[in-house]
This record gives sequence, C-alpha cells and structure tokens, in this order.
Amino acid sequence: MSGATQDTVRQVLADQGRLATSAHELAPSDSLYDAGMTSHASVNVMLALEDAFDIEFPDRMLNRNVFETIDAISAALEELTGAEATA
Amino acid sequence: MTLAVGIDLVDVGDVRSALSEHGSRYLGRIYTPREVAESTTGSAVDPRRLAARFAAKEAVMKTLAPAPGDAVPWAQIGVHQPAAAAPWVQLTGAAQALARRRGIEELALSISSERERAAAVAVARGREPQ
Repeated sequence: MSGATQDTVRQVLADQGRLATSAHELAPSDSLYDAGMTSHASVNVMLALEDAFDIEFPDRMLNRNVFETIDAISAALEELTGAEATA
Repeated sequence: MTLAVGIDLVDVGDVRSALSEHGSRYLGRIYTPREVAESTTGSAVDPRRLAARFAAKEAVMKTLAPAPGDAVPWAQIGVHQPAAAAPWVQLTGAAQALARRRGIEELALSISSERERAAAVAVARGREPQ
C-alpha cells in the first residue's frame, strides 16, 4: 500500500470526513463510521478523493466496505489508478 | 410480513459545501434530475431541500439494509416531494433489486428540515424476504 496514497486519503478525511478523531491518528484499519463519518460526509470524502486522484469511483465501489477504513479506501484507489496506468 | 424503519439526519452545511466545491458533479452523482428540479427555485438550487432529500435517501437505504459489499448508488433512490404534497420514493437499479430481495412492497416517508438540519424517517413494509 503506497504511503503517498494513504497520506492523501488521511488529508482528505481530515478536511471532509467530519471525524471525531484526527484522521492522522487513526489506525489504517479503524472504522471511519465509528470515528464519526456521517453518510453525507462520506459523499464529500468520495468527491474530494476523485478530485485528488483524478478518478471516478464506479458504481460497483459505492458500498460501505470501500469507505469503511483508510486501508479499504487506499486499496480501491490503487486499483483504480493502477488500472488506468496500464490501460 | 416484514417491517423495517430507517432514520437519518443531515447537516445542510455539508450539502452547501458539496455544492460549492463540486457543483454539477455532486448533483449528478447523488440526485436524479427530477430531485434537482424540485430543489431549484429560479436558477438557484436550495441546499436545504437537497439535504432533506439526502436524509430521506439514507433513511430508505437503512430500510433496504444492504450488506457491506452491496453497491447502491444514491441516485437509484429517488425522493420526490412536489410542492404541498407528501414525499414518495422511486427505486431503480440495484436499489429496486435489493427491495425485491427484502420483500419490500411499500415505502412511506416523513421529512423535516430547519435552516441548518434536515431529517427523515422511512418505513418499509412487505412480505417475508426471499
């Protein structure tokens, strides 16, 4: 898992996630929903990540699993950016 | 008979931020064209009305009880509330398929909003799930 990807994810979460805990202090496997991310905050996070990585999450990734943890988000992003890099 | 209830609360400021930062991309990903039209007066989209619809979408989503891996795009839960009429729900795609699997045959909604918050409750009723 790329450190740079995870760093950007953490910053987006800090800016948009409305978390009760600092995004920079969460463990990569901590639940973001348990940390306070609301339903609409997850939308703002999604859109900000799309801007930051110049990607669009496909419909199949619009599920709770993908946005549950920093690890899960980072894995989804690396799948999307890696797929574009080899296209 | 199956019975399920969902509730959600939305901060209008979050909707206002999304509109300001992402504009039409936000609207297109989350809302149906009809929802956007119903939330527009003149040329201005009202974030409070969008927030009410988003709260209702999430309340309905909770009655559908998707598994963590189930993908249900927000725009496939359409929340409509023509002026002075009761709100109603239109499900399409994955949302509609999930409702069928859950045995849901009726959905009822109630929506409330004030300047900076919107809330909604959804009740789903139907036969036992397949």
